[in-house]
Amino acid sequence: MAKPRVKVPKTAAAGEVVTIKSLIDHKMDSGQAKDKEGNLIPRKIINAFSATFNGVEVMSVKLEPAISTNPYFKFSFKVPETGDLVFKWVDDDGTVTEKTKTITVE
Amino acid sequence: MNLTRRNALALGGAAIVVSLVPVNAAFAATDLTMADIAAFTGGADVTEGGIELTTPEIAENGNTVPIAFSAPGAKRVIILADGNPSPGVATFSFSEMAISEGSTRIRLATTQDVIVVAELADGTYTQVAKSVKVTIGGCGG
Repeated sequence: MAKPRVKVPKTAAAGEVVTIKSLIDHKMDSGQAKDKEGNLIPRKIINAFSATFNGVEVMSVKLEPAISTNPYFKFSFKVPETGDLVFKWVDDDGTVTEKTKTITVE
Repeated sequence: MNLTRRNALALGGAAIVVSLVPVNAAFAATDLTMADIAAFTGGADVTEGGIELTTPEIAENGNTVPIAFSAPGAKRVIILADGNPSPGVATFSFSEMAISEGSTRIRLATTQDVIVVAELADGTYTQVAKSVKVTIGGCGG
């Protein structure tokens, strides 16, 4: 199943802009490709990604089939205080994958 | 379609004409793309510029083309691939905590324009387009 990987700094200064990288293993079947027998492979993608810090959404993405296999996102945000950054990926089949990383403000 | 010699020549001729026309994505975008832009903006006017879009000039593999954008002050950003069977790629939403920029990897079926439209904090819209040459298309099949 979908295995997420994220890169988040463990610590930051208050108000510092940090860069986050996220990636999840997923085939992202676009619904356009065909198998060896020529049958269309049905669409099955991650259709939503979001990052939430201490319960407040930082950013979110609505994904279409034109996002590559193993969807990767890099984004930046200003860390206001110590807290948890929660990543969430939603599959077409309804499966939700979450990962949490703590950033400590020094 | 049966590719006869006559058809092949006609296609070749059309391709040459198309390649001679200067690329201006704002006006050359397909109806599908224009519809997606209209859905994003609600039909509002879209100005040019104010967005930095980084794409490779030549993408050897259309299955994974790295792109990055920076749209200072943008609340929402939509990425469109004008030459894909379905132009929509992704829509980003940014809170006040976030910097309005992002990087991802996208699929491009063929050589085409990548268009980024941003909704700024004041509710106005701006766009930028860049042409990407694709050596191997990325829609499977």
